[in-house]
Amino acid sequence: MADVALRKVVKRYDDVEAVRGIDLDIADHEFIVLVGPSGCGKSTTLRMIAGLEDISDGDIMIGGDVVNDVPPKDRDIAMVFQNYALYPHMTVAENMSFGLRLKHYPKAEIKARVTEAARLLDITDLIDRKPKQLSGGQRQRVAMGRAIVRNPKVFLFDEPLSNLDAKLRVQMRIEIKKVHQKVRTTTVYVTHDQVEAMTLADRVVVMNKGRIEQIGTPNELYHKPATRFVAGFIGSPAMNFIPCRLEDSGGKLNIRLTDRISFPLPPARAGRYNALPRTDKLLLGVRPEHLTESNAHLEPGVETFDTVLDVTEPMGMETLVYFGLDGTPVCGRVNPNAGAKDGAPMRLAMDLNNMHLLNEETGVVL
Amino acid sequence: MSTIAIDKAGPTRKLGSMSRDRTWALRWSYFFLVLFAIFFLTPPLYMVITSLKSSAEISAATNPWWVFHPTLANYVELLTSSQFLRFFWNSTIVSLVVVLVTMLISIPAAFALARMKFWGSTTLATGVFLTYLVPDSLLFIPLFKMLALVQDITGITLLNRWYVLLFVYPTLTVPFCTWIMIGYFASIPKELDEAAIIDGASWLQTLLRIFIPVALPGLIAATIFAFTVSWAQFLYPLVFTTSIDQLVLPVGITTTLIKGDVFNWGQIMTGALLGAAPPLIIYAFLMDYYIAGLTAGATKG
Repeated sequence: MADVALRKVVKRYDDVEAVRGIDLDIADHEFIVLVGPSGCGKSTTLRMIAGLEDISDGDIMIGGDVVNDVPPKDRDIAMVFQNYALYPHMTVAENMSFGLRLKHYPKAEIKARVTEAARLLDITDLIDRKPKQLSGGQRQRVAMGRAIVRNPKVFLFDEPLSNLDAKLRVQMRIEIKKVHQKVRTTTVYVTHDQVEAMTLADRVVVMNKGRIEQIGTPNELYHKPATRFVAGFIGSPAMNFIPCRLEDSGGKLNIRLTDRISFPLPPARAGRYNALPRTDKLLLGVRPEHLTESNAHLEPGVETFDTVLDVTEPMGMETLVYFGLDGTPVCGRVNPNAGAKDGAPMRLAMDLNNMHLLNEETGVVL
Repeated sequence: MSTIAIDKAGPTRKLGSMSRDRTWALRWSYFFLVLFAIFFLTPPLYMVITSLKSSAEISAATNPWWVFHPTLANYVELLTSSQFLRFFWNSTIVSLVVVLVTMLISIPAAFALARMKFWGSTTLATGVFLTYLVPDSLLFIPLFKMLALVQDITGITLLNRWYVLLFVYPTLTVPFCTWIMIGYFASIPKELDEAAIIDGASWLQTLLRIFIPVALPGLIAATIFAFTVSWAQFLYPLVFTTSIDQLVLPVGITTTLIKGDVFNWGQIMTGALLGAAPPLIIYAFLMDYYIAGLTAGATKG
């Protein structure tokens, strides 16, 4: 087990920069998830930590040692691939023990480790089967088992659940979390699925276009996104971004969304945004769950407005409502009993205590 | 049995015109398959018939498609002639060694060209295939000149020795086998060798313990190809070997059993049939692997 550090790591392919100077410190035992859209450099970063890709610039350290030029087999890491990459001609036990056998571990120890890992992953019954006799979820367990038996310094996961169906993915997600709670090996996990990132990670690293947008705990990213990209990427349905401007009216700071709709800001927010120039092009960021049906008891900072719904999506425990504000599509989440109907007018409440204000040009959350 | 038949018939009956199309497609395919089978099996049949006749019956004006006095004399004569056994032995040893040499060169070459991306590897891979396209009828003269030169310089007798074929045949087998195996190795997911490398395997260990077992059908296909080419090669042994005791089977049969304009048909047919037996037996046992190997690129292994 060890900590991992990346210092100004760059990856260039000919004239394209896939990773543009990444700094990242991963503590011992930590579960870090790299998340971002495809092509953001997350997989490349993982492969550079594994040693499968050379780094163009910067340093990668595992356990305090610079490993830039150390081949993968000497980095003491284990990796789980999206397509499992099990050796098709070997049984489950042989697959799991391959690394140990290459290193000439004593037979008894190999057997003990494989048995232990199989027990941990609940695949003891499958130990003599070939990969093609296994289901996707079972294969993924074997791939994890192969990583666990090596007892490496670092686990690397490259979108391990993307090939599984939705139900199994949720199940395996919990499984991975349980395994990490027991094994406590430093883990770097790559995914494009923000739900996976939020549920698994101690800290999430959101990447975009080869750069790190923000590093933080799942809650930090959700409640205090640093940029428009993070705000829009984390959370589903995504955060609404509504063009707005700040106005002073009657000694109070107001936020104007449309000609019709303008709300006074709650005092805490007003104090924070007061210094902003009034001319700036601004975006109001508000999550769908902070746009709900209006009810009799409104908290301070919650403001109501009337709109006409375009489309409603009943999800069971909630209903998603879609409407437009001066042409900007907006999504809200209302109680299924609130009577939301396609094309019907509805009074909605916006919780401004949980609002975000963004600079439209720079995308920075103010 | 009956339930299976019902299961199969059920959906086809529902599909209507689709099933009618399918039935006709099947009929046509059987029609042509039978046609081809007749076309290709008639010569061997004729060979079997002729090999069972005595020379007198062959030259007699009886029905050539029927044996009136079957005899195994041709077989007995050939199998007891030291000459024929010598050809057989030469062919066997040449083919087996060539297969071995081919595999020892082709497997590492294909692995390197498929997986280790180095400068010029793609061009080299194409180049390997292009060399296969040059016909042996163009190559035999320069090859002969080259080997004569080597013989002159080193003083080792190469020409008119059966073992010269061990140097010549791989020029035919190595490019093609390398090419098949590049394709086969390329179809193995990249993650598989990455997993092996992370597990601590060297390139050689990855090749020996992952690639060769996984690509076994492809390797068997390549092996069969190399064996068949070596076994059936005619031009090179005809050019490079002349003494009777150095000949391989195809050349041996034609040079010893045709004397001037006298054709010993019974023994020629018998020799050809016996010579065709080893590849036939190998194909029969490894056919499934051979087909799996040749169609490997189509589906992901």
